Amino acid sequence: MTDTLQAEAESDGADVTGTAARSRGKPARAERRQAQAAAKIAAVAAKHSSRRGDPESVAKAAVIDVQIDPGDPLLLFLQSAPGPVEIGALPTYSPAVARMREQGVQVVVPFITSGELVGLLALGPRLSERTYSRDDRRLLDSLARYAAPALRLGQLMRVQEGEARERERIEQELHIAQLIQQQFLPSELPELRGWHLAAFYRPARTIGGDFYDLIALADGQVMVIVGDVTDKGVPAALVMASTYALLRSAADLSNSPGEVLRRVNELLIPQIPMNMFVTCLVLVIDLDTGRTRFANAGHNLPYVRRGGEVVQLQARGMPLGLMPGSVYDEHEAVIEPGDIVLLYSDGITEQHSVSGEMFGFGRTAALVAEAASGDDLVDRSVLALGSFSAGVDQEDDITLVTLHRGASGGQRDTVAFSVPSEPGNERDVMDRVAAVVEGLLPKARLDALKTAVSETAMNAIEHGNRGDATLEVSVSIRRTAEAVTVEIGDYGRGMQRGADIPDIDLKLAGLQTPRGWGLFLVEHLTDRAEEFTEGDRHIVRLVMHTGPEIHNSTEPTVKPSTEGAQP
Amino acid sequence: MSLQFDIGTTGDMAGDVAAIHLVGRIDREAGAVLDQAYAAVAADSASPLVLDFADVDYINSTGIALIVGLLAKARSTKRPLRAVGLTAHYRHIFEITRLSDFIEIVEPAPAEPAPTS
Repeated sequence: MTDTLQAEAESDGADVTGTAARSRGKPARAERRQAQAAAKIAAVAAKHSSRRGDPESVAKAAVIDVQIDPGDPLLLFLQSAPGPVEIGALPTYSPAVARMREQGVQVVVPFITSGELVGLLALGPRLSERTYSRDDRRLLDSLARYAAPALRLGQLMRVQEGEARERERIEQELHIAQLIQQQFLPSELPELRGWHLAAFYRPARTIGGDFYDLIALADGQVMVIVGDVTDKGVPAALVMASTYALLRSAADLSNSPGEVLRRVNELLIPQIPMNMFVTCLVLVIDLDTGRTRFANAGHNLPYVRRGGEVVQLQARGMPLGLMPGSVYDEHEAVIEPGDIVLLYSDGITEQHSVSGEMFGFGRTAALVAEAASGDDLVDRSVLALGSFSAGVDQEDDITLVTLHRGASGGQRDTVAFSVPSEPGNERDVMDRVAAVVEGLLPKARLDALKTAVSETAMNAIEHGNRGDATLEVSVSIRRTAEAVTVEIGDYGRGMQRGADIPDIDLKLAGLQTPRGWGLFLVEHLTDRAEEFTEGDRHIVRLVMHTGPEIHNSTEPTVKPSTEGAQP
Repeated sequence: MSLQFDIGTTGDMAGDVAAIHLVGRIDREAGAVLDQAYAAVAADSASPLVLDFADVDYINSTGIALIVGLLAKARSTKRPLRAVGLTAHYRHIFEITRLSDFIEIVEPAPAEPAPTS
């Protein structure tokens, strides 16, 4: 009977039928399956054959094109059909059957696997003009039994491919959202006479609801803001963006922390979704005297390390977006020379360990007590939290901002240069960095930094800028009494994090390539290494403290993060 | 300076052993020279081989990979490797990469030039 059959898969039916199903509202799962099954109808009818085996007659075969509504009774009927069914035996009240009749269908073969109708084959008259014999039906039945699982597999693969494309699209959009959000965080902090600022920001997901901002006010004071939107991910990020804009706008109108919070609260209430709110702390600092006015909208109270003591700046108020008419009392304190202030979100205090214990305020205060500088406090906090929460996911966005009022003016300076992306220039970068920081680091730590710089620069040249000599690798070196910070920028997309951790046993056994040591060396030779993006540039920041080594060599510290630069 | 080498022998309790004296940088350009150096001493493949790093002023991650490759070759013929002349910095790198688990580091090291290019 091969002269009578020629089938081909219908490729567009799924979309058409799927659209029809969706337009009637959300179909039940069974209906969706039926819709998918219906979409798979494909058959070729040899309507007007003249001679057995005539190639022209095969070429004239017409495709039967029948779209079946998910609610069509034909589908329910075929679900329990024992095998090929004559058109005359199908329910006459089915619109699909009527359309099949119009197109000359004589036999319908259901494709059933695991009790589920996944498709069907509709056949017109045999080319030989004889009726379908018992053998024909047996053969069609066998064909359906073998083809049905394969068809189902194909359908599942198509669904999975669609889902993968959708996931990729969402990831791409989140990446763009992350870039946009990073623009909100200060990439450069305003020059603060004699004050030193450090910041760390790491969202729990691609984007987050924490934020911080530093605004130079017209009267020479500086406004420092930290905030935390309830929830995390996309909803929190959207509210964060809105709050950020409102705070900036309010800061233009008033230099009073309480008034800024009051205005933003009133403006935020009509915008913010139910059950969401924003905690926020605003400080306005007179850099010359250390006089600090502050007001709080439900945010964690800042810690101040003064001499050997740790105190909290006390201020309370309703979170933003909850209650119209809220008033925010303004408080005042003086940050003395040598004091270190820590502003932080609850992502640090409420992080749990693998045993379910919370990091808490006690550990946070202890870190403040031990801090030698603002940078040191950030580094120690990140390391302490990392080891405390080893083996568990980061639960919430983490923000740390430190303000260190220098005892003697806090001298610091920055040197920047760039090199073309040509092989070998990593050694030039290494030597120039070494010359700039000479005398600040002991020899062993200088050598370690040099190797880390060389590796990072080589990565920027070879991978980030793909060896394109027209693209420059930017290098910035900041020197302070506490630390040397080197930032190396390229135009790539960042380090390859999917790569294996290098293991010499595996390498010697031929199970890993001998290469792949670059990132490993950078992680193990610096006190802190992290990567982030700034506009279209990817930047790796390497930090080496001038004091005693605090790097934990058993726990690499390179983490993608967004961190504001020191002024 | 890109890598150069010369072959010699060095004293050992059991007698003289072959030594490769390396001079310059061990980086991406050093692969062929290292292969050449190893081929030059490969005839006596079971006796220990000393790698002298005293005049090596720069090793990067690609250089570490080349040394891993050399080590794999030596191990395939059960030839022990020793390293002399490593600076404290590169001894540290041999330790964190665990190359020192497979290559005996002979101390004390001679002069310790900084890793400049």
